[in-house]
Amino acid sequence: MHLRRRKHGATAIAAVGGALLLAACSSSGSPSSSSTSSALSGTLNGSGSTFQLVYQQAAISAFKSLQSGMTVNYAGVGSGTGRTNLAAGTVNFAGSDSPIPSTDLPLFKGKTVLYFPVVIGPITMAYNLPTLTKPLQLTPAVISDIFQAKVTKWNAPEIAAINPGVTLPSIPITLAVRSDSSGTTANFSLFLVDSSPSTWKLGTGSTISWPSTAHAGSGNSGVAQVVKSTAGAIGYVDYSTAKASGLTFASVKNKDGNYVAPSVAGASASAAGVTVNPDLTFHAVWGTGATAYPITYQSWDLVYAKQPNANDAKLLKAYLGYLLGDGQKLLPALNYAPLPSSIDSSAVAQLSKITG
Amino acid sequence: MTATAPADQPTRAGSAGVLSAKRPLGDRTFQIVALAAGLLVLVILVLIAATTTDQSTSWFAKEGITGIFSKTWNPTANQFGALSFLFGTAVTAIIALILAVPVSLGIALLLTEVVPRRWARPVVYVVDLLAVVPSVVWGLWGILVFAPWLQGIYSSIGNFFNGVPVLGNLFGPPTDGASFFTAGIILAFMITPIVTSLSREVIATVPTMDREGAYALGATRLEMIRGVVLPHSQGGIVGAVLLGLGRAVGETIAVALVIGSSATITSHLFAPGYTMPAVIANQFGEATGVWKAGLMGLGVLLFVFTIIINVVARGVVERSARRGRGA
Repeated sequence: MHLRRRKHGATAIAAVGGALLLAACSSSGSPSSSSTSSALSGTLNGSGSTFQLVYQQAAISAFKSLQSGMTVNYAGVGSGTGRTNLAAGTVNFAGSDSPIPSTDLPLFKGKTVLYFPVVIGPITMAYNLPTLTKPLQLTPAVISDIFQAKVTKWNAPEIAAINPGVTLPSIPITLAVRSDSSGTTANFSLFLVDSSPSTWKLGTGSTISWPSTAHAGSGNSGVAQVVKSTAGAIGYVDYSTAKASGLTFASVKNKDGNYVAPSVAGASASAAGVTVNPDLTFHAVWGTGATAYPITYQSWDLVYAKQPNANDAKLLKAYLGYLLGDGQKLLPALNYAPLPSSIDSSAVAQLSKITG
Repeated sequence: MTATAPADQPTRAGSAGVLSAKRPLGDRTFQIVALAAGLLVLVILVLIAATTTDQSTSWFAKEGITGIFSKTWNPTANQFGALSFLFGTAVTAIIALILAVPVSLGIALLLTEVVPRRWARPVVYVVDLLAVVPSVVWGLWGILVFAPWLQGIYSSIGNFFNGVPVLGNLFGPPTDGASFFTAGIILAFMITPIVTSLSREVIATVPTMDREGAYALGATRLEMIRGVVLPHSQGGIVGAVLLGLGRAVGETIAVALVIGSSATITSHLFAPGYTMPAVIANQFGEATGVWKAGLMGLGVLLFVFTIIINVVARGVVERSARRGRGA
């Protein structure tokens, strides 16, 4: 496991290296790529979503070569804490996997908060069934039954019916869930609410009251560890962690009725098939499209439209512009999905709303 | 340094409030620094209590007493009852004490009464080493190594007691590696050093004359320990145990990793549960509104409980010290 982690670290380093290279190319090739024109100086602090953390780290070090006078810090403290920090004015931007809940709006005292989607990623249904010869196929309805402990054996007729020609073992299903509250849980449960509204009774939120038989692990890697060490386990794990831990994952039936395996392209396709609100909030889960992977989630960077001074506004425009521009090219190597061009272009257009 | 010095000092300290000009500058500075340090602790404590209580008022207001002590904690349904966390905290702490106290007392008596001093040193070092293992290391070892290993043992114990009245409800299936009992064992490991070293120090203060007296009356070693050592050090040992309890109740990250994180109340000790510090650590990052207030409120309750434990500990120690002097 440690070896694998190190390997994952190596890909991240490779990605950063690639980014540096890209940055070098763009600055020497075409000076037209906006932010390189003027040198900026100052510090930006951000905190929030841990889902964004790997992207932020890679982007910060790549961005440093473009604007050496600028320092950007990002702390992965969880979306809720990130939003609280933004409201309290201790950070310049907050990373969040979900929009500000209505109960928290008073904290922002009526000031306009802009949403900049920056990253998309698939959530895998990772399982541990070593005897299986073909990848498992699951429908939203069956996933909903499994995670409410209505289907408790792997050879249950519901699972067998959608996996023709697969010999399923007669062992109990062990649920692997998150012990900490998390955007992954929020978006996975949102997928179940959207895809099987009549059968899913546990609601959506960053903490769910799972059946008491569930095994909880801390963080995506904790859930991956439970899945890896327990025969018959199934859990929801974010794509990059599932890949890094070497887990097997199921293909999930999408809105168009096709079974799709989780992939970076499938995640972008799902996000391209959802309705985006004028403030750029949206749910990437359960999007339309033949190749869309349905359990897909997203993360935003939140900033105030009105910044305390002109320099802060400039710094934010430059950094967010990078995250939405060249930074997107870093994403596939980190096992995240880039934004579909429709969403990306409206986010870039929204940058002009940040004023000093 | 005989009788006059201690008798003299209290009067000096007593007049410290009035900073007389006659005193040298260094002395006065020292008094101010010491006074400030002492007050700082008090101020910090009051500030923590005030802000956490203030931030948790919306929880207390929404749930009321019955709501707070109800069973269901389900943030998606906006229900925030803390009973399952209180239950888990109590159960894990009790398991930890049952396992750790006899072992700690055994080690302490071994070191003071049985083995020669030159052999005691290495044992003391090893026990103290347990205390420097960071709690997150305990937790990671617990969940990656210890819990999977225990799972097999729990299953066989569970099958053995399956259907037996009472014991079947405590140790029968369902079993899980991450459970109340695993958390209790890890906590026992963690509190053993503190209980051991405090008991050892208390036992070491038993006057040699008393021990020799017991031996002179023909007592065996066991009789001497029961008749002289234990009565003399009872208060100190209870204090040590209660300090261990305080540590067990407040331990966060090791428990958060091995408890299984399921807000349930069950008699099965091999089933996953939850404790108050663990739920605060796990859920704080994403919590909002009343949910966040609820977690703050759990912090307040925890604060109150540790204060109660400490006050009781102090009371017990003082009472037995008085009794010891009287006897």
